[in-house]
Amino acid sequence: MDHLAIETDGLVKLFGRNRAVDGVDLAIASGGVHSVLGPNGAGKTTVIRMLATLLVPDGGTARVLGHDVVDEAAEVRSRVALTGQFASLDEDLTGAENLVLLARLYGYSRRAARERASELLSAFDLDDAAAKQVKAYSGGMRRRIDIAGSIVVRPDLMFLDEPTTGLDPRSRNQVWEIVRALVGAGTTILLTTQYLEEADQLADRISVIDHGRVIAEGTSGQLKASVGAGSVKVRVADPSDRDEVARLLAESLDASPVLESDASAMTIRVDDPSAVAGALHRVGEHGLVVSEYALGQPSLDEVFLALTGKPPADRTDPTDRADQEVPA
Amino acid sequence: MSTDQQTVPDRTPPSLDARVVAALGSAQRPPRASALVSSLTFGWRALLKIKHVPEQLFDVTMFPIMFTLMFTFVFGGAVSGSPGEYLQYALPGILVQTVVFITMYTAMTINTDIEKGVFDRIRSLPVWRPSLLVGALLGDTLRYLMASSIVLLVGTAIGYRAPGGLGGVVLAVALLLVFCFSLSWLWLILGLKLRTPNAVMGVAMMVLFPLTFVSSVFAPPETMPGWLQAFVDVNPVTLLVEAARGLMNGDSRPGDVLVVVVLAVVVTGVFAPIAMRIYNRKS
Ligand SMILES: Nc1ncnc2c1ncn2[C@@H]1O[C@H](COP(=O)(O)OP(=O)(O)OP(=O)(O)O)[C@@H](O)[C@H]1O
Ligand SMILES: [Mg+2]
Repeated sequence: MDHLAIETDGLVKLFGRNRAVDGVDLAIASGGVHSVLGPNGAGKTTVIRMLATLLVPDGGTARVLGHDVVDEAAEVRSRVALTGQFASLDEDLTGAENLVLLARLYGYSRRAARERASELLSAFDLDDAAAKQVKAYSGGMRRRIDIAGSIVVRPDLMFLDEPTTGLDPRSRNQVWEIVRALVGAGTTILLTTQYLEEADQLADRISVIDHGRVIAEGTSGQLKASVGAGSVKVRVADPSDRDEVARLLAESLDASPVLESDASAMTIRVDDPSAVAGALHRVGEHGLVVSEYALGQPSLDEVFLALTGKPPADRTDPTDRADQEVPA
Repeated sequence: MSTDQQTVPDRTPPSLDARVVAALGSAQRPPRASALVSSLTFGWRALLKIKHVPEQLFDVTMFPIMFTLMFTFVFGGAVSGSPGEYLQYALPGILVQTVVFITMYTAMTINTDIEKGVFDRIRSLPVWRPSLLVGALLGDTLRYLMASSIVLLVGTAIGYRAPGGLGGVVLAVALLLVFCFSLSWLWLILGLKLRTPNAVMGVAMMVLFPLTFVSSVFAPPETMPGWLQAFVDVNPVTLLVEAARGLMNGDSRPGDVLVVVVLAVVVTGVFAPIAMRIYNRKS
């Protein structure tokens, strides 16, 4: 079985005249996490819904675990699990009832379904919430029970659509921990996210998509290399020193600082993080005081800027694409 | 490394990922659920929803009580001379109207599932696809039965007596369920097509009010102007009401019942495949 976990060729989905997915090619190997990174409206959810057999593509082909998503949809469904972007369990039911329901639908006997549900609830730290309606769950609990619902039967491939959007750092770390555990146990995961940091933490490879097209593909290292190592934010103690500090840093780091609206702050792109210490030291030698500095990774915005030459467009309004050329 | 969770004291549970791996590892694949089991499971879900959201029973229980009392005592004297006589005439119609009204919740339920994302999850499962719809219809049937019982109980309490006896009443309710089952397919199409539960509610009201009020539910068609009678006579609700009334009054004409059954079969035959097609291709 050396086929790819996911293989798409020119995948297209139209909503009216809006080309939500506009020729996506993916080749994703089995095992590990592959991340699809993109801003709001990029087409991430639409791609996942086609791969999970929920939407029929308008063009191109997609094979999941070696099966065509249109002609062999049943095969695909029996081997993948989908954790949607929005809570995909019945909010009126309790957590336990939801899991029993899913287990029954997967073919467990009544008794086995109850056992499986309680096993999953305790594995995901949800024992106390088992008898509560899902609508009373916190965001983190919802995400956990959603994921628990996806592994009632162990899937070969799991789709996780923006699993951490809107979660606090602690819940986000829990989700990351779960994702790593699933991958460690051999499940392939396709994860969408708007955060480079998340893709960086979890993904083996990343496909960046925007306006329904893949605009870059590679490991997080490769993507970051395309925008430099990151940036350093600097605050000076005395705002009147800012211009002088900016000049010195520009010299040492060979990049032009971006002055911020805060009169004592600036941001400078750095290609080599090890040069930052020396540059700041030189500022001190000139008798200027830097009160604060922080070295940051490149943000998704910066990756976008580098890849597309423009900041990620907000695509929440689909009409802004209506005037695009429509191939015959 | 301890893999036996039992030996680990509660205070220091194994880390989240170790437990997740354990839970994942023990998942062997059970045989695929049969169509019957998955349909019944969705039916069970409908029951659970009634348990957790008893408010939804409000419509099912309050509407029939309100309608029965309101029409009997407000219109009874005017239409039939006395509330008692009117009740004898109107109760079969009120029964039909109440249950026909409740059928719109089929559309509401499916539409809410789509909106909340439950629909996506369910359709990505390896189950017999129609089972979600069949299960929902099973749950609905239960609601129809509850509503029917309430109308009949309230009616009996304020003096209704069915000349056709218990047998006639049971047959009338059975006929009503058959009719509503076929109507549900239409609601499913609407629920799948419209964008929000509110839109569903709006369309439902626009269809249901004329359909149930401009019928022989509340007054004999003979008392209406000719142009209205023409509509009333072909209104499926009238056909259903006449058949149910016949059964409950014990003077049923087999032709009336047959017409309703044929109508239900035709509606199901035409709209069930359409609903299934939309359901399968729903974006
Ligand atoms: N059911 C639908 N009907 C019409 N248009 C849709 C539908 N679903 C998505 N779209 C449009 O398709 C485009 C891509 O949407 P999609 O939900 O795939 O983006 P996304 O990358 O998942 O965004 P987000 O990060 O906000 O979840 C958007 O322009 C959106 O408005
Ligand atoms: Mg999305």
